[in-house]
Order: sequence, then structure tokens, then C-alpha cells
Amino acid sequence: MDTAASYNDKVVRQFSIMVVIWGIVGMLVGVLIAAQLIWPQLNFDLPFLTYSRLRPLHTNAVIFAFGGSALFATSYYVVQRTCHVRLAFDKLAAFTFWGWQLIIVLAAVTLPLGITQSKEYAELEWPIDLLITIVWVAYAIVFFATIAKRRIKHIYVANWFYGAFIITVAVLHVFNNLAIPVTLTKSYSIYTGVVDAMMQWWYGHNAVGFFLTAGFLGMMYYFVPKQAGRPVYSYRLSVVHFWSLIAVYMWAGPHHLHYTSLPDWAQTLGMVFSIILLAPSWGGMINGMMTLSGAWHKLRSDPILKFMIVALSFYGMSTFEGPMMSIKTVNALSHYTNWTIGHVHSGALGWVAMMTIGSIYSLLPRLYNREGMYSTKLIDVHFWTSTIGVVLYAVSMWIAGVTEGLMWRAVNSDGTLTYSFVESLKAVEPYHYLRLLGGLIFFSGMIIMAYNVWKTVIAQKPADVAVMNPDDMSTDSKDGGDD
Amino acid sequence: MRHDTIEKSLNLMVVLIIFAISIGGLIEIVPLMMSSDVTEPDEGISIYSPLRLAGRDVYVREGCYNCHSQMIRPFRSETERYGPFTTAGETVYDRPFQFGSKRTGPDLARVGGRYSDDWQRLHLMDPRALVPESNMPGYPWLADNAVDPELVTAKLKALRLLGDPYTDEQIAGAAAAVEGRSELDALVAYLQELGTNRKNRR
Repeated sequence: MDTAASYNDKVVRQFSIMVVIWGIVGMLVGVLIAAQLIWPQLNFDLPFLTYSRLRPLHTNAVIFAFGGSALFATSYYVVQRTCHVRLAFDKLAAFTFWGWQLIIVLAAVTLPLGITQSKEYAELEWPIDLLITIVWVAYAIVFFATIAKRRIKHIYVANWFYGAFIITVAVLHVFNNLAIPVTLTKSYSIYTGVVDAMMQWWYGHNAVGFFLTAGFLGMMYYFVPKQAGRPVYSYRLSVVHFWSLIAVYMWAGPHHLHYTSLPDWAQTLGMVFSIILLAPSWGGMINGMMTLSGAWHKLRSDPILKFMIVALSFYGMSTFEGPMMSIKTVNALSHYTNWTIGHVHSGALGWVAMMTIGSIYSLLPRLYNREGMYSTKLIDVHFWTSTIGVVLYAVSMWIAGVTEGLMWRAVNSDGTLTYSFVESLKAVEPYHYLRLLGGLIFFSGMIIMAYNVWKTVIAQKPADVAVMNPDDMSTDSKDGGDD
Repeated sequence: MRHDTIEKSLNLMVVLIIFAISIGGLIEIVPLMMSSDVTEPDEGISIYSPLRLAGRDVYVREGCYNCHSQMIRPFRSETERYGPFTTAGETVYDRPFQFGSKRTGPDLARVGGRYSDDWQRLHLMDPRALVPESNMPGYPWLADNAVDPELVTAKLKALRLLGDPYTDEQIAGAAAAVEGRSELDALVAYLQELGTNRKNRR
């Protein structure tokens, strides 16, 4: 087959397999550090196995290796299918795959060695930051050049979200990481103190907002309608919530700095916009959920759809919880506690991971020329381990967080503090166990997934898929929207 | 303008996305950079001495910020537990900032002088020898690692490039100031000064 007449699914397959591998690695590190909080002996007095060096490895691995590979895989797949063209620049696309994997390996080596900028989710030192910038620009070129040569007039809604995610992450990455190098492994931020903190949380919050939200909404806008066999519920809602989501998210960063020495005006702006953010977030959730109208019965037989709908439920829940926690009065209690950790994981496991898992289960059979995954039963088992795991995790961290918050602020009638700090640590220990259990259950689901994926991909030789001519689209593959 | 127009033009869509995402950061960050409230040091706050700078970089490298904040909020319960709340002017030489986001252990913004040097050393080597309930890992390798004098000199030069007021004498004397000191010495020196320099406090 003439290559221009077929889709470039090789790079999609490569990224899809790495999603599973990096998911397992990232979550395994998570399970280890959860155990270290209970049994500090598990640090073994070895620098590179110490909790404080491994925690950034965990966050980077799940966000950028697991989540990042999922975004590359699905965006490359979706942009080809919705533009009815082969991905632009085969070699550049291959470069983004190998470049991104190299970045991940460099992160996995340097973070345990203590080579870090200490800015959360931006820990990697300057040479790796430069490499990220190069790979990201290549990604943008491949993605936008593919859209530029599309064979239909309209740019499909999933691509708006992927596009905004790619552009914004580039802007955030460059500005937050500006630094003067001292050596190859050490640099100093050009910003100091409060300005540095504001820059970091403008980055940090929008890494969540664009990497883990806008990008995954792009995934949702293709795979949910596809899996449900229904068009997107409301075109108008997708327009309104897209623009409001990307504009409002960028203001919300200061809620990470409530009651710090960041000036009050900035804190207040951050709080107000965070509360407003509930509306566009729920716009996306409702649009995804309602896409199932008339197809709810499919949930009985399709565990992939269950993954997606539970992911949307967690998205709705976390985007309610987030604005609530950004109210200063609530934040006064929740900040610095495990509540934040619970919130992050209901978003990262409940929304990001479950949407990714559902989309990969939906995508892989298409990439390997089969009707479905090796075992639907195992997808169902995986669905239940994920759901139970994330619920245990989130609930234990809520209780732990509120407990800590209340104990830290408790005062006796004479004005002295009721509890010492270490008493609050002892009080939450049972929830550390419960969290570890939740994490282990979620992790075990990933092992089941790996087995299912293995059995699926070794059975069949992948075949090139011909680019579909937009003129002979069936209703099934027609882009969503009611326009 | 109908949204149809945007959906059909990639260029227009990209331009509008860049516009939409730019406003928030510009309004929240740029005025901050120009505000003396957050860029001028409080009375008594000065640049880090070579040994303390080396100690601070050990703090960053080991990832202490993963469990310890350095930001006392203006609540009675916090000032009672940790001391006066942290001001912006105390953090103007902090590259990067170390406010933290999670307290698995207590805040350290004013831990300086709270415990003896010996307590800090022993606690860093083996936390449970002093606090049996603690889940903090030990950092025994710090005692065996020497601070690299040449590296400290290079760091001071880089910081001066960024505008921190290190003098020629300070840079010339930096190597001698850390010669023969361990990373543990440096970290303890950093911790013992934390939060102790501000003059305008009760």
C-alpha cells in the first residue's frame, strides 16, 4: 500500500504499549513510597531509594511517562482519523517517540540521584528541560501540520483540546524553567521567593489543567462517542466550555498559595477564578456523560464504557472538590494535609488513569486488526480493581487530611495547642495502611491489563489501515456534534 | 463571529488559544515581579553564606520539601506552633522557593535554634533514635560527603549573575569557608539559621 494512503499507526502502537509499561512503573514507585511512609526502614538508608527522592519520580512517571504516552498515542490516532490524512512527517513523529522515551529514562536516572530543581512536576534539570522543549516543538509540528493538511473543513472538537494542551504546556514549561546553569546537574531559578512560587504554581496548576485535563478531554471527545456509538451530546456546550476552560484555568494557580506570603489580591483572584472553573469543568463532564443518552444499556455489557463513565464521574467529583478546596476557609484546613493527596489521586487515578485505560482498551484492537481485546472478562475485573482501589485511596486520604487539619488547629481553653505534631502523624497511620491497600489494588489491575494487552498484541500482526475518504463516511465514523 | 469560522481556520484557532491562555499569567505574575513588597528583603535578611548555601542545596537535592513546608501561615495555631508567620521579604534570596505543599513532618521556616546542633545531626542520621514515632528516613550518607569548594564558588558566581549581591571577597573566600566541611555540617548550618534573621519581629 502507498504510505500516504495509509495511517501512521506504528507510532501510535509504540506509545500505547509504553502507556501500560510506564503505568506499571509509575504506580509501583507509588506503592513503594506509600509503604515507606508506614515502614521507613524500606528506605534502607540508600540515597537513591529514599522517599524524598522517589516521590518526584512517582509524580513525574505517572504524569509525563504514563499520562504523556497516552496523550501522544491518542492524539496521533485521533488527529489522523478526524482529519482523514496520514500523520505529517513520519520521521519527526518517530523522533517524538524516541525523544520522549529518552526523557523518561533520564528522569528515572537523575531524580533518584537527587538531580532536581525542586519545583513540583518541573524537577528535571536544565539539560533535560531543553530536550523536552525540542521534543515538544517536534510534537507541535507533527500535530498541527497534520491538521493543516486535513481533508475536511472543520477541525474536530477533540483536536481543539489537544491543540490547546500542546500550545499551553510549551508556554508553561519554558517560563517556569528559566534558570542559570551552574553545572550540567545544577541550576538556579531566575525567579526568587514569592515570584518563583507564583510562577511555579501557575505552571503546576496548569500542568494539571492542560496536561491532565484539556489533553484528556480531547481523548474523551473522541473515544466516548466512538465507544458509545453516539454523537457528542451538545456541540454548543463543547464550544462554550472549551474557551471558558482554557481561559479560566490559567488564573487559578494562586489557590496553591493561600495564606502564604503571596499578596492577598493574587490569592483572591486565584480563588475567584477557581470557583468559576467549576462551570466549564462540569460542562465537559455533562457533555461526556450525556453522550451516552440512549446508549446507557451498553454499560451492562461493555466494561470499556464503564471505565469511561466512571472516569467522567471522578472528573466531575474532583472538579467540584477542587473549587471547594480553593475557598480560603476550606483551604486553611486542607492545605499541607493528606486531603490534597486524596484530591490529586481522585483526579489522577479516577479521571486520568481510568480514561486512559478505557481509551487504550478501545484503541488497541483497532491497532492490531482485531475485533476486541483478548479478554473482555479481564477488562471487567480490571474495572472493578481500579474502582475499588481509587475509592479506598481517596476516602482514606480524606479522613486522614481532615484529621490532620483539625488536630493541627486544636487549642485548649488556655490557648495552648492540644496536640504535638507527631501525635497527628500517629493519628493518621491507619489511613496510611488503607491508602497502601487501595494503591495495591489499583496497581494489581494494571498487571491484569498488561497480561490482557500482551495476549492481544502477540496474537495478531498489525496491518496498515487505509486512510478513509471523507466523502464515504458512514454515520458511525462521522464526527460528533449536532451542527 | 460565528464559531464556524474559527473551526475552519487553524491559524485563527491557534491565535485565539494563545490569547485566551495568556491573560491570567500576565495579570497575576508581571505585577508581582515589579512589586517591592515581594522583591525587597526584610530588615536583617541577607544572602546565604557559602556554607549555608551548600546546606540549602543539600536540602533541595534530598527533597526535604516533599514533607516539610517553610511557610508559616498567619493563623494563631500556626504561630503558636512554629513562630511568627512568614513574610515575602524573608524569601527574596530563595532560588528556588521552598514553601512546600505537604506537611508529613512539621514546618521548618523557623526551626533555626530550636534544637541543638547535636540534636539536628543525630536526627538527620537516625530520626527514630530521637523521635520514636517518626517516619522520616535517615540521611546517614551526608556525614561522609564533603562539600565541594570549587562548586560553591561557581554557585556564588551564578547567583551574582542573577543579581544576588555577593562581593568579590565573598566569592574569593567561599572555597576556604567550606573547605573540609561535610554535607551534614552544611545542612545543619542551613537549618540552624532558618527563620532567625528577621529583625522586625516580636
